[in-house]
Amino acid sequence: MMHRVAVTGIGVMAAPGRTRATFWESLREGRSAIRPMTLVNGLRFSNAAEVPEYCATEYLDPKEAGMLDRFTQFALIAAREAVADCGVTFTGERTAVVTGTSAGGKTCEDREFESLYARNTGRVHPLTIPRTMANAATSRIALEYGITGPSYTVSTACASATHAIGQAFWMVRHGQVDAAIAGGSEAPFSMGFLKAWEAMRIVAPDTCRPFSRDRKGLILGEGAAMLMLEPLERARARGARIWGEIAGFGMSSDAHHLTQPLAGGAALAMRAALQDANVTPEAVGYVNAHGTGTLANDATEAQAIREVFGGRAEKVPVSSTKSMHGHALGAAGALEAAATLLALHDGVLPPTANFTEADPECGLDVIPNAARAAAVEWALSNSFAFGGLNAVLVFRKAS
Amino acid sequence: MPDENVIERVIGVIAKTQHMPPAAIDIDKSFLELQFDSLDGMNILFAVETEFGISIPDEQVPQITSVRQMVEGIQKLLAEKTAS
Repeated sequence: MMHRVAVTGIGVMAAPGRTRATFWESLREGRSAIRPMTLVNGLRFSNAAEVPEYCATEYLDPKEAGMLDRFTQFALIAAREAVADCGVTFTGERTAVVTGTSAGGKTCEDREFESLYARNTGRVHPLTIPRTMANAATSRIALEYGITGPSYTVSTACASATHAIGQAFWMVRHGQVDAAIAGGSEAPFSMGFLKAWEAMRIVAPDTCRPFSRDRKGLILGEGAAMLMLEPLERARARGARIWGEIAGFGMSSDAHHLTQPLAGGAALAMRAALQDANVTPEAVGYVNAHGTGTLANDATEAQAIREVFGGRAEKVPVSSTKSMHGHALGAAGALEAAATLLALHDGVLPPTANFTEADPECGLDVIPNAARAAAVEWALSNSFAFGGLNAVLVFRKAS
Repeated sequence: MPDENVIERVIGVIAKTQHMPPAAIDIDKSFLELQFDSLDGMNILFAVETEFGISIPDEQVPQITSVRQMVEGIQKLLAEKTAS
């Protein structure tokens, strides 16, 4: 039996807000959380979307905080909020955990390797492997709740969280599990990793201006978002608050280039997601774009949206919330899933912040700078990764 | 005027980075004509920075679309480096 899948819990830890409510308040007010970077200095770029004044021991006891890399801490904090929000603690073998991360425990890895190479300590901390492994977040969440069902981590760069949520959605839809915690987390602010981004020359010196003519690149962000998924009929039966439904998931690969996006691949994933949701492009009232703010992504994504939506493309509201929460890489799709669900729930479409002037290469109605009230039933959330791996989710307003 | 020594070193770096013979690299060819994509471009910039001990600012990168423009840009940066 196929189930409809409800999202009954949302947890967020990100630059615009350290809770679901504060995150969403910032987004609906169009407030960008991009600020001068404090965690790392000495790079060609100096702005980022860091979680402001984050102190791990506000959330975790000092021993626990020391065991976990920053990306796992974010994941656990967001998962706790999502579980508390849904009102039930799912456990055991009929519950799944699927998380995404692009880089895993880079913060810890950088610190340990610096001690090895720069300070010639000749050794690294014995917890380096369990702290840095990409699945640390999934494992820690499973431990927290005694979840013994399918639990794993997906790493597909900037599409990681969307792939993770999509996989969890399918497991709940097909009755393989009764509930799933799914999302993504990332903590990219360490010198070695940021130097690698600097060398790619795609980080903006100013801010993230998706779809603007004068956009200069992406701005890195950090954080986590986790969703609690369960069958719609069971969520209704127990009187749960339903933020919205996940209705479809589509994936594709460009098979084209390691870093240059391809419109055809993105369009293929959007069409696959719509088909999976059994809905036509005409029904879609909002697209949360991948919208990184790089020259290549935004023009290519706009072209892909035109391929899918045809003559209606200019009429469909499209926004990039990365203009506010930055590009949180493997967490991006989860932050954007949260934003899209909250947009449908509240009937408010978050804007593309920092917008200056339209780029003819992009066009589209990008909801410039101010949120818009709109009752929308169906929405898409796009994630397109380096390496040409694409993932798209379809969300539906709770009825 | 492009300095012969700089030209030779730039062509050498490009040839090594792209695994192609130096003779195939003409100073007046664009990167497009040489069939270099954006990733190739980043690789070459990085190697050139190492070769000459310079840092090429991000905002100058879009203006570098040929070997000649790269040579001229490097000479300018080397002159600035000497002056400082």
